[in-house]
Amino acid sequence: MRLLLQLASVAALVCSTSLAPAENATPPKAATLRVAPDFTRKGLDGKSVHLGSYRGKVVLLNFWATWCGPCITEIPKFASWQTKYGAQGFQVVGISMDDDAAPVLKALPKLRITYPVVMGDVHLSALYGGVLGLPVTYLIGTDGKVVARYQGEANLVEMEQKIVGLLPQKKAP
Amino acid sequence: MKLNRLSVLVLLGAIIALLPLRSVAQQEHVPASSIPQASLIQPADLSAALQSSAPKPLILHVGSVLMFATAHIPGSEYVGPGGKQIGVDALKRRVASLPKDTAIVLYCGCCPWGRCPNIAPAYNLLHDAGFTNLKVLYLADNFGTDWVDKGYPVTKGN
Repeated sequence: MRLLLQLASVAALVCSTSLAPAENATPPKAATLRVAPDFTRKGLDGKSVHLGSYRGKVVLLNFWATWCGPCITEIPKFASWQTKYGAQGFQVVGISMDDDAAPVLKALPKLRITYPVVMGDVHLSALYGGVLGLPVTYLIGTDGKVVARYQGEANLVEMEQKIVGLLPQKKAP
Repeated sequence: MKLNRLSVLVLLGAIIALLPLRSVAQQEHVPASSIPQASLIQPADLSAALQSSAPKPLILHVGSVLMFATAHIPGSEYVGPGGKQIGVDALKRRVASLPKDTAIVLYCGCCPWGRCPNIAPAYNLLHDAGFTNLKVLYLADNFGTDWVDKGYPVTKGN
């Protein structure tokens, strides 16, 4: 188990090299985040995921884990929204807080996740005020500002209404 | 009769469709609500106990290593996720040489109490092993909301 802890620390240090300067500042309080902290990570599909590159889109940033029951309940809905609203300027990004990637890679096809997923670490967690309970979901506006934060299992009907209201490109009548 | 058959088929279809999701989350979820109330300790009470001069219990974290590294109770030890075999084995090893009356507090706080996959299996393991002075920290929502945000003592790292 000590080995796991050491691996987590090493992974965190390695990943920290690609982070924005904001990460070096005092960790913000999660509830007071105004602008979504930027980050770049390698996605589980091998492609780079840079949050800032989604500026202009509405982003749903979801911290989750394979062992988290409420997370698994929500994810199929997020995947369906990606399909439904993707062309209207909507993007889901998943951050897995699993301790290693193996169970996540196994879960992706079962959950029908087609959006980018990256592995979380202590630095990414700190960047968002310390992720100390799952799920946590941020809705980020087209300007990069945090519109809403959902801790625990969210009201998905309400969340979808909010997303639709924020979409930059409305569906053609 | 036809309607009944159709209903059964629809029900079976729904069950089959949901099976993969269940297997992702947990093989068998043991709910935290199965832990007796008398075995729970409230955050305020544990925090007060930690700040008193009384002997401290052994505090074991049975959740995610990433969350432990992000923040944990000072003096607590990381064991492993109680809902996974790796955590179960680590917990068995950790308590193997301890007297059965050792004061132990278990905590996780990864998820809302009723959905935590780790805490009840860890409690059941120690309870069934005969530990008599066993408490579980009651974290209704999660460790962040019910401990860190309340201003109780926290430390970071491993």
